[in-house]
Amino acid sequence: MSLREGEVRIPSGCAISGIMNRKGYLFSGHDIIQSIALMHDRSNGLGGGFAAYGIYPDYADHYAIHMFYEDSFCREETELFINDHFNVEVGGRIPTRKVSSITEAPIIWRYFVQPKAEKVMEMDLEEDEYVARLVMQINAKFPGSFVVSSGKNMGAFKGVGYPEDIGEFYKLDSYKGYLWTAHGRFPTNTPGWWGGAHPFTLLDWSIVHNGEISSYDANRRYIEMFGYKCTLQTDTEVITYLFDLLLRKQGLPLKAVVTAMAAPLWSNIERLAPEERELVKAIRTVYSPLLVNGPFSIILGSRKGFVALNDRIKLRALVAAEKDDFIYVASEESAIREICSNPDRLWSVAGGEPVIGLLEGVEEL
Amino acid sequence: MTIDAKGIYYRQLNEAIKASLQDKINTIELQNVNGQRYIGAGITNDATISIQGTPGNDLAAYMDGLTLQVYGNAQDGVANTMNKGTIIIHGDAGDALGYAMRGGEVYVKGSVGYRVAIHMKEFQEKVPLVVVGGKAGSFFGEYMAGGILILLGLRGREEQPIVGDYCGTGMHGGIMYIRGSVEEHKLGKEVKPVEMTEEDHQRLALYVGRFAEHFGEDKEEILAQPFTKLIPYNKRPYGNLYVGA
Repeated sequence: MSLREGEVRIPSGCAISGIMNRKGYLFSGHDIIQSIALMHDRSNGLGGGFAAYGIYPDYADHYAIHMFYEDSFCREETELFINDHFNVEVGGRIPTRKVSSITEAPIIWRYFVQPKAEKVMEMDLEEDEYVARLVMQINAKFPGSFVVSSGKNMGAFKGVGYPEDIGEFYKLDSYKGYLWTAHGRFPTNTPGWWGGAHPFTLLDWSIVHNGEISSYDANRRYIEMFGYKCTLQTDTEVITYLFDLLLRKQGLPLKAVVTAMAAPLWSNIERLAPEERELVKAIRTVYSPLLVNGPFSIILGSRKGFVALNDRIKLRALVAAEKDDFIYVASEESAIREICSNPDRLWSVAGGEPVIGLLEGVEEL
Repeated sequence: MTIDAKGIYYRQLNEAIKASLQDKINTIELQNVNGQRYIGAGITNDATISIQGTPGNDLAAYMDGLTLQVYGNAQDGVANTMNKGTIIIHGDAGDALGYAMRGGEVYVKGSVGYRVAIHMKEFQEKVPLVVVGGKAGSFFGEYMAGGILILLGLRGREEQPIVGDYCGTGMHGGIMYIRGSVEEHKLGKEVKPVEMTEEDHQRLALYVGRFAEHFGEDKEEILAQPFTKLIPYNKRPYGNLYVGA
């Protein structure tokens, strides 16, 4: 296997794209592949990936665990652990097709599972927390085994290659979802490896990210106090856990989360109206270790919708558009126009300004 | 000469443009452009290229003479280090337009993104010009070292101010004209508003006139509102930074 993160430094860009139908109408992976492919030159073939929501309606109540295994020994070991903690409804290889540019693929497997009720009770946890903890355990304790995604009715599909080739490899045109996100990678500082490709996920959260998180260590140290383990040695991973902590565990409103992560500068806070000023000050103070610093544009996917966000001084590109029930975000306008030539509305997203796409009837992520 | 750019990779498209220019064709229309980078980049020529669609990043980088008409929005990095020529964008443009630009003129009918005219510079007769019809993001004219930057605020997203924060931060050369007033907290430490002189009015009349001509707008109406003129306090704000005390 090629060198891992941390073993080599490659100085370097990236591309992100997302499409959602607010009514939950399902559409194939064709459009998201077209969109990310248009930005081919923002990637360099060392990573591509997709998150897809709504793709497993037949197993909508099961956690869909997508796995990478370096060899069959890893698989056997990890499956013992999985069988011990979950009732596995179905398990098997994720179908792929041969693509000449995609090589050195790990063993790619998925399982539709439900947590074993007695274990969940024994540990006195909510089901989501139980699953999240087991995901952390697999990633930390089973070398050569990586959880690619672990949400319900969603999945992540990623690898080393250009994103359009990865999409072809995983036959994404044969899946149908209501929300798709994509990433084309140009690894900053580190090599590309299958586990290090985006999206990074936990439960049904997924993150695709263009940029570099210079606050990674500060964010990581904070998040580790809550039991999260950063095992993938990639800055992006920490953003996923950060959203999980604030949105799922602490139940903060999305607006507060965005304020914590892309907090306004103090000089701007001083000019807010008194009530808002106190609130923003409180968030900045309480969550100061969660300020995400450095250049970034990200899309957070979830079963309820997505939020796209830039760093507060906009060091990365982000454009959004709407057409009927569809909402689009991408690193470049042309990547939206490639699949939606005449949007009703198109705008360049400001630094720290969230673009929120929620399914109809949903009020918070 | 018309080139259909649909589905054509940027390298092939730019080769086709160069081949046409070598054949002495001086008007080229590119149709269905979407995301192709580097159009007009590095080309020394006085032909006119009209672009239908959304050209990709670094449009006209290092360009040296062409006239580009863009019937659509432009993305990031327009006129990066451009030396000569004219760009007329009939829509919006993205971030870092006019980055290190050293000559030529750019007119944008709509709004522009962040860091427009960052480190634009001038030397003797080479005085680059950027006129923006809409609004601009933060860091407008950041580290500007020369040239003329004009912001009109005639259109753009309603909820946004004419210009973002940190306007003229690090500016140490050139002139900025913003139609209407700009709150002081938005200005970088290195700039200050000064009185308009007769020369400024003449300059504005000339360039706003060209802008109005390009987009069929009313020059007098635009000029009827007062402008804020911004110049740097000090030509060498960091002159002593690395000097041994």
